[in-house]
Amino acid sequence: MNLTLKIWRQPDTSAPGAMHTYQVEGISPDMSFLEMLDTLNEQLNEKGEEPVAFDSDCREGICGMCGMMINGQAHGPEVTTTCQLHMRSFKDGDTITVEPWRADAFPVVKDLVVDRGAFDRIIQSGGFISANTGSAPEANSVPAPRDKAMRAFNVATCIGCGACVAACPNGSASLFVGAKITHLGELPQGQPERDSRVVGMVGQHDHEGFGGCTNIGECTAACPKEIPLDVISQLNKDLRTAMKHGH
Amino acid sequence: MAFLDGTTQVTKPPVQVSDDARGYYTLGEPLVDPVAPTGPIKDRWTNRKFENRLVNPANRRKMSIIIVGTGLAGGAAAATLGEAGYHVKSFCYQDSPRRAHSIAAQGGINAAKNYKEDGDSTHRLFYDTVKGGDYRARESNVYRLAEVSANIIDQCVAQGVPFAREYGGLLDNRSFGGVQVSRTFYARGQTGQQLLIGAYQAMERQVAAGTVEQFTRHEMLELVLVDGKARGIVARDLVTGKVETHLADAVVLASGGYGNVFFLSTNAMGSNVTATWRAHRKGAYMANPCYTQIHPTCIPVSGDHQSKLTLMSESLRNDGRIWVPKKVEDCDKDPRDIPEEDRDYYLERIYPAFGNLVPRDIASRAAKYMCDEGRGVGPAVKEVDKDGNEVMVRRGVYLDFADAIGRLGEDAVREKYDNLFDMYERITGENPYQVPMRIYPAVHYVMGGLWVDYHLQSNIPGLFVAGEANFSDHGANRLGASALMQGLADGYFVLPNTIRDYLADAPFEKIDDSHPEVQAARQDVEGRIAKFLSINGTRSADSYHKALGNIMWEYCGMERTEAGLRKAIDMIRELKADFWTNLKVLGTADSLNQSLEKAGRVADFIELGELMCIDALNRRESCGGHFRAESQTEDGEALRQDEEFAYVAAWEWGGEGGQPVLHKEDLIYTAIEMKQRSYK
Amino acid sequence: MAVSGLVFLGYLVLHMYGNLKVFAGHDSFNEYAHHLRVFGEPMLPENGLLWIVRVLLIVALVTHVYAAVVLTARARNARTSKYVVKKNLASSLSSRTMRWGGLTILVFAIWHLLHFTVGKVNPNPDGTGTADPYNLLVESFELWWMSIIYLLAMFALGMHLHHGTWSAMQTLGLTGTARARARAKTAGWVVAIVIAGGFALVPLSVLTGIVSK
Repeated sequence: MNLTLKIWRQPDTSAPGAMHTYQVEGISPDMSFLEMLDTLNEQLNEKGEEPVAFDSDCREGICGMCGMMINGQAHGPEVTTTCQLHMRSFKDGDTITVEPWRADAFPVVKDLVVDRGAFDRIIQSGGFISANTGSAPEANSVPAPRDKAMRAFNVATCIGCGACVAACPNGSASLFVGAKITHLGELPQGQPERDSRVVGMVGQHDHEGFGGCTNIGECTAACPKEIPLDVISQLNKDLRTAMKHGH
Repeated sequence: MAFLDGTTQVTKPPVQVSDDARGYYTLGEPLVDPVAPTGPIKDRWTNRKFENRLVNPANRRKMSIIIVGTGLAGGAAAATLGEAGYHVKSFCYQDSPRRAHSIAAQGGINAAKNYKEDGDSTHRLFYDTVKGGDYRARESNVYRLAEVSANIIDQCVAQGVPFAREYGGLLDNRSFGGVQVSRTFYARGQTGQQLLIGAYQAMERQVAAGTVEQFTRHEMLELVLVDGKARGIVARDLVTGKVETHLADAVVLASGGYGNVFFLSTNAMGSNVTATWRAHRKGAYMANPCYTQIHPTCIPVSGDHQSKLTLMSESLRNDGRIWVPKKVEDCDKDPRDIPEEDRDYYLERIYPAFGNLVPRDIASRAAKYMCDEGRGVGPAVKEVDKDGNEVMVRRGVYLDFADAIGRLGEDAVREKYDNLFDMYERITGENPYQVPMRIYPAVHYVMGGLWVDYHLQSNIPGLFVAGEANFSDHGANRLGASALMQGLADGYFVLPNTIRDYLADAPFEKIDDSHPEVQAARQDVEGRIAKFLSINGTRSADSYHKALGNIMWEYCGMERTEAGLRKAIDMIRELKADFWTNLKVLGTADSLNQSLEKAGRVADFIELGELMCIDALNRRESCGGHFRAESQTEDGEALRQDEEFAYVAAWEWGGEGGQPVLHKEDLIYTAIEMKQRSYK
Repeated sequence: MAVSGLVFLGYLVLHMYGNLKVFAGHDSFNEYAHHLRVFGEPMLPENGLLWIVRVLLIVALVTHVYAAVVLTARARNARTSKYVVKKNLASSLSSRTMRWGGLTILVFAIWHLLHFTVGKVNPNPDGTGTADPYNLLVESFELWWMSIIYLLAMFALGMHLHHGTWSAMQTLGLTGTARARARAKTAGWVVAIVIAGGFALVPLSVLTGIVSK
């Protein structure tokens, strides 16, 4: 396959960026999208041009490090992570536009690399259960209803990639926050801090400069782990409950 | 000789007769764990926790600890030490601690809870782990691991890890990796992810509390030693390129394994050996570097472009049948057109008792032999053969579910393996319900690592090593679902209880960046970075990495021979010389420069590769993940040589251009009897 | 946003009920219109109920607009650098046009008040003045362009309600399961069609001659 790539290049956070056009040849349909970019980078290196910077680590769809906007879709045309997108989803001769996640809360570090430190700070503001090592009771002393545990697991599969923010027309991270609220709120261990968690996390979310949710639903469609929209409903419900309790 | 717990010694100290690696190393003093516990095995850890000195809570915040790596071991240690009140500085090269590659573990985590009342116990988990490791692990360490395993589950549940549960709301278990008890706790196929997120959240909580300082996109490039003690690290801020020194009272390396020395492995792209290798070059011993675990059920390489390999759960072998065509000319046919009589179900043929369920290493080697014979399937991939010629070889064998689908129905198969089949189809574009899967072994985990004592302290005072980065608990082979257990055991329960004995003497002498040894370490790093950027040759770091990987996979992979390893050492030395004269790194040192990061990692992998080959050459026996063709039974099975090699090979850096120094730590078993395994 | 939106929704239901009285004929409609003014008398003064409703609506309006402005500003600031290419995958047209649609409805509402309440204009050159509500209505909608304006506005309202209803339920945390979510989406359709359709029936019926003087 031969392809035309239009890629956002930006030297660092403060410098202006622009789209650059590159041609790549001899792309195999079995390559992953990132391996295609590896190939481009080898070619650029040979020509003496600096390779395109992009994030990736596990390359098996679980670490959440990779992510870019491909032809206007977060992680590209399949419901998966960029590393698991394969070139057989494209046709010979295609032009592919590649951009970084765009959100002011995720400043571009370089080219396609963005800083998602805001997610860490949201977790720091309440996305945990306070249980010091050694203080835990016997694991089976508190049964957790199976359906609740399943729901907790289903939303705990969030990989923190940021696709929800990238896809949201409002630049909101409500799906990310809602997933954590729901995960911990469904478990008996998560109850004592349920109110303070949602208040803290939502406060930090807003403070980071993410947009507000208007329930459009682009986030869940872009989510490689298919986190459902009902976590945002849960988030709102928990927030209302917390406010009722005087938070 | 009678021991305190009433057992008698059943092993004799080994005496090595063979010396394949002569000329490549020098023999050093024997090594003894200076803090090895004694007494009845079941009391050793309890007693040690009591004996280890305490640090007054008021003093803890005056003490600082650097932790490199934020996986299960590093993340758990940062959280726990932060909770205890120490000042922790945590480093990771990723953009968030939550990305560490522990996240990719699928299967589960073992714990001796005996919830199924099926005869499990601490002692049985201990026994299984030592036996699974082919009697090359320290028994005291393994017993402790089994002992704290139950606490890990309690801790994780309290943190909100959503383990699988039964209808009554209690925790579910499954049996895993061929053991006969159900002791594996799991969260569907994403156990590693859930455990890591638990540790990450606990750590972030401490960041909020102010006890843990988090440095993301930072890579450790040097260890700082002052007066022989580990006192800090030199790290590069990967975004600004700034070289920084960070000083502390102790340094913990939890930087993971070095499987990426093979270029292709199931490790993450960024997984590297630099942290531990830099420590090794500063004097820390590297133990058993040749012990690598190769996983038989991975998705095969599809071409030159391949950047990493993906593992599929071993459980597939429960229902899939492994075969290759009997005739070479059938190999490019549609497998569905190959009649039954022309198929060779080679595992069922060679190992009729265990069939497709033989252990990982046996299944892996058998697949390699079939492909070496030319009976592999799938796309042919370019390789360099033993004579240096480029050849095209098909590296894949079929894993066929046609029988299972016929017997159980497609729906039943779908229910069991749905996510794995989907993953396979996404990567290969083939539908495994219709066409047999293709699989091939891939490097997955390394049992070798920095040598540590019972306290997880290396031979450098103040340098502690946890998780996959150390060598301690798995011997020559790791059991399934035990990596997560070890990482969390080290991080949550072991390290915090041992490091306090060291820190009881802290705070140590106050030092700052101007100290000559700190300055020297920093200048070394800056010099190296400048060197990479100034060579200005023609080849990318990635191309050297691929070349190294090919050498390692060919000669130090599933099967190792004396001649092959010697050849590999020569080839690696040539590659190293070429690397330092012909490398090309573009960009600058003062910005995000992924090529520069890669160059540093590859430089260290090359040196590690050579040491792995020397270790493999010296160990003229087959044990666990290390198979020397010269040491096998008549049936082609691994043959241990306990009388010669029942020791830990701890290698000391011999200086640039010098020979590594081998220190042997004898493995003495008092609570367990050594046995040779058989799967026929 | 959700609560003020629901206030509007409640009002629209009542308003539509009143409008549909047009099918009951001239006297019935006018009587209803008059009754609104004297509702609750003598407990309430004349026009008392109407003023209560008006105050409630003004509070809702201020809240709704304020929330919309804040949300819009946050969204703007959350992404100051736009995508070169951006596709919409799951979002409905209605969800993406809430802001412009809302503004359209606001402009329409002002026009509508000028037309029927505050200004009381009878745009029909053959009209009989503005004193008789039924006749004012029928004469207005006999003009095709008036009906078009109202029908377009009802389309905008329908779109706004379609997303707004579901969104309000989501914001109030009533859509915690997949089933509840599906129900809320259906509710969005039902509310949009019933209310916008119900209002649209009046001009349509006038145009087609079903309702006449």
